[in-house]
Amino acid sequence: MTTVKTDPKKTAWVIAGAIALIVLPFVLQMFGNSWVRIIDLALLYVMLALGLNIVVGYAGLLDLGYVAFFAVGAYLFGLLASPHLTQNFPAIAAMFPNGLHLSFWLVIPLALLVAAIVGMLLGAPTLKLRGDYLAIVTLGFGEIIRIFMNNLDQPYNITNGPKGISDIDSVHVFGVDLARSLTIGGFEIASVTLYYFLFLALVLITIGICARLQDSRIGRAWMAIREDEIAAKAMGLNTRNLKLLAFGMGASFGGVSGALFASFQQFVSPESFSLMESIMIVAMVVLGGLGHLPGVVTGALLLAALPEVLRHVAGPLQAMTDGRIDAAILRQLLIGLAMIVIMLMRPRGLWPSPEHGQSAQPDAAGTMPVSAQDNPPGVDFPADAAPGSTGVRQSAINP
Amino acid sequence: MDILLQQIINGLVLGSMYALIALGYTMVYGIIQLINFAHGEVLMVGALTSWSVVGLMQESMPGAPGWAILILATLIACLVAAVLNFVIEKVAYRPLRNSPRLAPLITAIGVSILLQAIAMMIWRPSYKSFPSLLPTEPYQIGGAFITPTQIMVLGVTAVSLAILMWLVNFTRMGRAMRATAENPRVAGLMGVRPDMVISATFIIGAVLAVIAGVMLAMNYGTVYHTMGFLPGLKAFTAAVFGGIGNLGGAVIGGLLLGLIESIGSGYIGDLTGGVLGSNYTDIFAFVVLIIILTLRPSGLLGERVADRA
Repeated sequence: MTTVKTDPKKTAWVIAGAIALIVLPFVLQMFGNSWVRIIDLALLYVMLALGLNIVVGYAGLLDLGYVAFFAVGAYLFGLLASPHLTQNFPAIAAMFPNGLHLSFWLVIPLALLVAAIVGMLLGAPTLKLRGDYLAIVTLGFGEIIRIFMNNLDQPYNITNGPKGISDIDSVHVFGVDLARSLTIGGFEIASVTLYYFLFLALVLITIGICARLQDSRIGRAWMAIREDEIAAKAMGLNTRNLKLLAFGMGASFGGVSGALFASFQQFVSPESFSLMESIMIVAMVVLGGLGHLPGVVTGALLLAALPEVLRHVAGPLQAMTDGRIDAAILRQLLIGLAMIVIMLMRPRGLWPSPEHGQSAQPDAAGTMPVSAQDNPPGVDFPADAAPGSTGVRQSAINP
Repeated sequence: MDILLQQIINGLVLGSMYALIALGYTMVYGIIQLINFAHGEVLMVGALTSWSVVGLMQESMPGAPGWAILILATLIACLVAAVLNFVIEKVAYRPLRNSPRLAPLITAIGVSILLQAIAMMIWRPSYKSFPSLLPTEPYQIGGAFITPTQIMVLGVTAVSLAILMWLVNFTRMGRAMRATAENPRVAGLMGVRPDMVISATFIIGAVLAVIAGVMLAMNYGTVYHTMGFLPGLKAFTAAVFGGIGNLGGAVIGGLLLGLIESIGSGYIGDLTGGVLGSNYTDIFAFVVLIIILTLRPSGLLGERVADRA
């Protein structure tokens, strides 16, 4: 990414990929808008997974409450672009007689900023914690935020409780309302397809940021912390600020994704932000290939689209078994099975970064588990990934 | 005063169930450093199995005494869950011993999703009421009441803990477990078979979880396919709270968590002038956890994990 090489083969691939991405929704649209919708949601998950990848993949901080930032973004957009606040608070209604309809372009940076601040606030008390202790604390934060969303309808109705916030504004881009289908020269582009392009653009930007980040000084510093925090500190890195930055940056992607989700669904409720959602995002990152961008994208697309695709497959299977096995249950069964099988077959993820093959694990030959002494609780990664470098690289061996 | 006493009783009962589940978490963590997300689901399978056995027995032997049915159902459920957990460990965790740490975590999540689906297939996704097998007439202590089920929970927990402590501290098996937790490779050199020890740990964990699961079912009177999730999460919190990997810590963490939750939900309305209600019960576990871990990063009784030298 750093140097644009004029390799004709590569250029051809990029062009082919771009055409495929542009054509994809129109092809899917022919089979029904629900398929495009699936892709839209999958793109949002890609963004979430990329954000979490910064925290888990780069900085090595296992975060099990990531969905909280998604929720922050979604509720922020929900509150600022729906009639909810003006209906419940006369003071706000007096200030905005026409209702609170903040522009999408204002809310996105705001969501980014607020989520980043929340991310740093949540990160601050956890700085001393290591590995799995961090995991449980972040999980706790996620749950706390969800419980508040669920209950903040009394005594002041802020979140409308379990009923959620509805009537959220759709996105208007340059005067085009993305919630309505657009007709250009007799050809109709469905609303979901318009959203597809918006999401795709943002996902591409996110991928660009992540790729640059990986190669930057900050990215390197994160990976140093991931590999050995003590050594990183000894080398003069400010681990505290770097970890906070990782939390903040990761969270900001979550916040933007959440705002997009709210405008896409035009409805948010606490149900969308359960712990299972956080766990699924972690699963996406790990299944795909921790710390490796193409892997993370693959993992997110797979896990986000799999349940929906299975929905279409499970029906016939259910018919074959005379309706004894419910389609929803079968779907869940297959997802669980897929997670186990993929991990057993490819423990480093479906598409790990190439360097990951050279494990720095001291007892790779042994069959015994590693003790706490050798391996303090934490997210373990075999080697420092050096993205972009294609040559054989000396694997980073822990001192 | 009566309310406080009542909440303390309820808290201890709740906490002792958390403690039993937390022991399974903490033992597994102590030995292979895995957050076993499927632990709550093993509890759920055990509780549902016991429900089925109870139903079958009440049908076939209408005159059988409640306690006999309960003991038999628990034993059968323990057996099923022990076999299940043994198989899970062998299939989903063992092949990943030397893989990156997050790989078994993901298979554990997969197992938990899978077990819920299987449970829904076998038992249908509905809430089922668990019959009350013990007398329901509560005893009075001061101004508070305690049911025979609650007494049983406290008693069974105490006995289970005593047996576990004896097992870990005074038997060959226990010594092998402690040695493996300390350093599996060196333990292996000393004639311990780490794989067997790990299997045994999973079996013991499953038995403790099922005992807790049956008691949960008795105490609340319902069983369903997601009943393991929240207790599992709370128990994990309790284990971390006490210092994960530390058996005594898990017990203390569980009991404290139960007490905090119970007393907290009893008084939160008064304390905040009605702004926060008892619907915030689940928040206590996490708020306290965060405060404790901020002050003591390795839990109440946790040893300081040695940083890499």
